[in-house]
Amino acid sequence: MRKICLSVAGIFLTLFSSFAQSAPKDSSQYKSRKLSFEEANLVTSYYKQDGNNSSVTGGTGTEKLSDYSAAFDIKLNKWDKENRKHTLDVEVGIDHYTSASSDNVDPNSISGASHADTRIYPSVNWSMENEAKGTTLGGGISFSSEFDYQSVGANISFSKKTANRNGEFTAKAQAYFDKVSLIYPVELRVGGGGSGGDDEENKYPGTPRNSFNGTLSYSQIMNQRLQIKLIADVIHQNGYLGLPFHRVYFNNNSVAVENLPDTRLKIPLGLRANYFLGDKAVIRSFYRFYTDDWGLTAHTLQLESSIKVSPFLSITPFYRYYTQSAVDYFAPIRTHKLTDQYYTSNYDLSKFNSNFYGAGFRVSPPKGIFGIQRLSMLELRYGHYTRTNGLKSDIISLSLKYK
Amino acid sequence: MKKTHQQPVNIRMTVAAVAAVVLVSSCTTVKEYQKNKLNDSEMTLSARKVEKTEMSFQTYREGASGANGGKTGGGCGCN
Repeated sequence: MRKICLSVAGIFLTLFSSFAQSAPKDSSQYKSRKLSFEEANLVTSYYKQDGNNSSVTGGTGTEKLSDYSAAFDIKLNKWDKENRKHTLDVEVGIDHYTSASSDNVDPNSISGASHADTRIYPSVNWSMENEAKGTTLGGGISFSSEFDYQSVGANISFSKKTANRNGEFTAKAQAYFDKVSLIYPVELRVGGGGSGGDDEENKYPGTPRNSFNGTLSYSQIMNQRLQIKLIADVIHQNGYLGLPFHRVYFNNNSVAVENLPDTRLKIPLGLRANYFLGDKAVIRSFYRFYTDDWGLTAHTLQLESSIKVSPFLSITPFYRYYTQSAVDYFAPIRTHKLTDQYYTSNYDLSKFNSNFYGAGFRVSPPKGIFGIQRLSMLELRYGHYTRTNGLKSDIISLSLKYK
Repeated sequence: MKKTHQQPVNIRMTVAAVAAVVLVSSCTTVKEYQKNKLNDSEMTLSARKVEKTEMSFQTYREGASGANGGKTGGGCGCN
């Protein structure tokens, strides 16, 4: 997979270096009626984690996992006869992970040191901006596929700027229709559900999970240096909301698959505020309050400062603090009672705090990255994550923009 | 018992609402030619492209998600 990521980066550079001598068009002078190239982006990351609370083995055991990911998107635009800007954004992403705990779903069927899977997720989004009216209408579809999970999504959105163009209201609706393959732990397979039938459908029957999300947001320019954005989501999920390979060990040592309610209502409320400090620093902040009907309440605070070392180079240290309460149905290994209606030992739903910190740098030289004029920006970012229940992870990401 | 539990939440909500109204009403109109700092690429009111995978792993490793412009469903990545 590392080779795939490097290959994707190589193709990206090769493809666009062939256009390196052509200067970008001045869009303020000419508005193309034909679909024309606006920009392309490549984001690639490597993530690794380790901990000792794997849900596959009932809340104990290794959580070692590594993930390589790459996402490439290309934006095209055109203006119609009514001077409205149409933008088409086509994206394709790929993740490849290896997970030590996945071996323990069926330890007898895996011969390697760890189990691996690949997820592919293409999406297409379109928007139409009417500059005169200050409105933007958008819509899109998405798809995601991995061995035991498929997802189809759609979204629509509408934005309207205020008369003085200092504020903007946005409404967005998203829906995802997912299918979870029922791959149970080996000792709990009776009949279907990974019982080893000959055809795939009988081997791993699927069950639906649907997510519906409504978002309202409002952004406002406060003065020449400060702007804020308020975001409110309402998310309703229904269907199979647990995972079939998560074990729960009861206080009498018997074992079952985690059982969670088949509906969940989530309400996150967010506030972003960005402030330009002096001439060389931008303070970016984000706060989120979250609550849901499984009993989980969380607070997130992220602060980062982009310091402009030169007009073409900025350094961005960041810090994120997160705290959550446990869902009502969580308990550690061998503490759930057989009489409990719902039960899980998934530590992602337990009470914990986390800290995430690191730094990034961003270069956008006037002559382009690696001398390729239209390869206008490179950003590299590293972060270290720790959770109070012992999980640790590291992530490094690279972003390239071709414009 | 229920009343005493709800009261602090109501007070916090009221304070937050009043603060939001005061904050928004205190803003000044900024003309297009005065927006050079606001139009800086670092001032974008959304997560940056390079944060894409960070937001994904936080969604999987934490119980809360949403209100950050990221995905709120679709795909698993749950191992």
